[in-house]
Amino acid sequence: MDLAFSDDDLAFREDVRTFVAENLPEDIAESARRGRPISKPDIQRWQRILYDQGWAAPAWPAEYGGTGWDATKRYIFDEVMAEFDTPETIPFGLLMVGPLIYTFGNDAQKARFLPTILTGEEWWCQGYSEPGAGSDLASLQTKAVRDGDNYVVNGTKTWNSSAHIADWVFCLVRTSNEGKQQEGISFLLIDMTTPGIDPKPIISIDGAHHLNMTYYTDVKVPVENRIGEENKGWTYAKFLLGHERISISEVGLSKQRLRRLKTIAAEERSHGESLIEDPTFAGKIAAAEVRLISHEYLNLRLLAEEAAGRPIGAEASLLKIRGTEIRQELTELTIEALGYYTAPFEMEQLSDRWNEPAIGPDYAAAQMPQFLFSRAATIYGGSNEVQRNIIAKMVLGL
Amino acid sequence: MDFSLSEEQQMLKDSVQRFVRDEYELEARRKLVASDIGYSEANWAKMAELGWLALSLPEEYGGIGGNAVDTMVLMEEFGRGLVVEPYMTSIIIGGGFLMAGGSAAQKTVLLPKLAAGELKLAFAYAERQSRFDLNDVECKAEKSGDGYTITGHKGVVFHAATADKIIVSARTSGGSRDEDGITLFLVDNNCSGLTRRDYPTVDGLRASEVEMDGVTVGADAVLGSVGGGAALMEEVVGLAIAAICAEAVGCMDVLQETTNEYLKTRVQFGVPLSKFQVLQHRMVDMFMECEQARSMCYMVNLKVGDEDPVERAKSVSAAKVQIGNSGRFVGQQSVQLHGGMGMTDELHVGHYFKRLTMIDTMFGNKDHHLKRYADL
Repeated sequence: MDLAFSDDDLAFREDVRTFVAENLPEDIAESARRGRPISKPDIQRWQRILYDQGWAAPAWPAEYGGTGWDATKRYIFDEVMAEFDTPETIPFGLLMVGPLIYTFGNDAQKARFLPTILTGEEWWCQGYSEPGAGSDLASLQTKAVRDGDNYVVNGTKTWNSSAHIADWVFCLVRTSNEGKQQEGISFLLIDMTTPGIDPKPIISIDGAHHLNMTYYTDVKVPVENRIGEENKGWTYAKFLLGHERISISEVGLSKQRLRRLKTIAAEERSHGESLIEDPTFAGKIAAAEVRLISHEYLNLRLLAEEAAGRPIGAEASLLKIRGTEIRQELTELTIEALGYYTAPFEMEQLSDRWNEPAIGPDYAAAQMPQFLFSRAATIYGGSNEVQRNIIAKMVLGL
Repeated sequence: MDFSLSEEQQMLKDSVQRFVRDEYELEARRKLVASDIGYSEANWAKMAELGWLALSLPEEYGGIGGNAVDTMVLMEEFGRGLVVEPYMTSIIIGGGFLMAGGSAAQKTVLLPKLAAGELKLAFAYAERQSRFDLNDVECKAEKSGDGYTITGHKGVVFHAATADKIIVSARTSGGSRDEDGITLFLVDNNCSGLTRRDYPTVDGLRASEVEMDGVTVGADAVLGSVGGGAALMEEVVGLAIAAICAEAVGCMDVLQETTNEYLKTRVQFGVPLSKFQVLQHRMVDMFMECEQARSMCYMVNLKVGDEDPVERAKSVSAAKVQIGNSGRFVGQQSVQLHGGMGMTDELHVGHYFKRLTMIDTMFGNKDHHLKRYADL
């Protein structure tokens, strides 16, 4: 057991810091600091900068355009990214479907899809949940019927983040009703411009459009866009859910949020002092920080195991549960810190077009929307109730 | 001991329920929230006609002379409907100040108008540095001639835009957090030197930043005694907290009932969600929070008129702590148990959740009131 970074690691950290300091566009960093939603072109701009440096995909193997870094370097990289308020990685391409394609895809699929995920040119979204299949994902009903060299897809997917700005969707479809529900599912990659795909916005409680309900009517998908074998999609889906759960655990992002919370609490006043001097509030921040540290070390342990060749299995659910609880705790403490200035809800303040002075402190506007949307974190990627069932069954054998 | 409603209170409850049913379908409310002023003048007129604006005001000034429990009955139903008219700011707080501190002239002129729906009031107290301390007042009122000149900034003043007069706390003497030296003024909304920046709030209401730059008022604008505003604010904010507790109970009940129903109808893994024990226990905890909140709401509304200021303050803070904790649990769990649906703007659940979140902040959150309780 050893926590110390080697000289090589420390030099690497300095390299990453220098690179980010010199290359992160100031306007993007400013938006991230203010908690403004970062636009697709801005995220692509930053992704391209990382790509040109060879750092587009820290966790991918070198042969597919990844860095080939070990767990320590990936950890250091994430730390530095959080330190500099770089934009959040959009998970669907780089963290989810990318690893799925290089693990289970054929050579043609790897050659077609991996390069544009790395550069950020093509955006992905996820087609998993359906109105009737949420926690019980395997009961999904969207049908794909074979017709020559195509599948014809019909059905409805929901809670599709970014579907309205994505170029491709990875989709779970039913190709058979024989046997167990899990045994009739296939995994398709679908071009969002195919006729018959119609994403409709779902406005969420933060007043924003992140989510969509997507209707599929006679959508033709070439059979060559199926990942792996027909009816084996559930196996791939589970692999991907594991990756999703690890990515949701968001240690770096929570560290960013903790830092912002402390800045805000230092700025806010209570009884003539800084709020961060208030023993009750300081205690709550400390408690959240302690939980975050234990979460971080659990993360590190599991990453080290993975690096040693023992893939993360159902333990990913531990990370998902605790990571999302911490995220909610931090966003909730942040709105608490703001007192009455959580109330103003002028959505325009978060847009690039807003050039009036802020209502109240300039860090206030983004916090309530973030608190509200963070309520989804314990629901998506498999609700935390389902994650606890998985741990009970798969880890504890209950 | 008796916790049952009187015949009149039951009639009032039925009547407010009818109003909410007729006027506050989710879609109708959505339209009100998006409208110019953010609520309905027609609803306000109806509330006047039905005697609700007069409910808590004294009989000698055109009121009905109801007590805190009457207001509680009304506010609970308003909570169930997420009613957005400025009842809290105008009637409970504005009327409360006039009754508790108004001069005979102020009462004679203003209370009948308030009861008739011809006058609206707002209360400007919070400042950038004040957080939840009502006595942390930097806004200044300086003697000038017979009257005063007020200068300073007030933040998040609910329903200021449509108020005729704004009740402003300002310092006439003392240091910025002294209890003594705060004076309340009735300031005309359209007076010179006062500028507002209006905006919507997360819970579907309206609020404003109010800037006063040398606003001049006469001596007759003073509400209560010069320098004695702290005690007056404490008394009136106590009434407001008792009322908002009832609103919160109404919100929580709707969420608890809806979530219960949703779990019985939403089928996953071949059974209704209500068959999962872990969710049953969560529902039981939500139900318990609702009942505890209701009990505290009764308690505070029975005690908010107590003569003993310490007893009164303890009741108010205890109730606010309970409502904050219960509202947080019930609101957050209702979203959680509705899954993705709970996250949508389309469903009513999120709107109740947002209101409950703001109710905890209003007039001091659970931490603020727990500390206040401990200090009393």
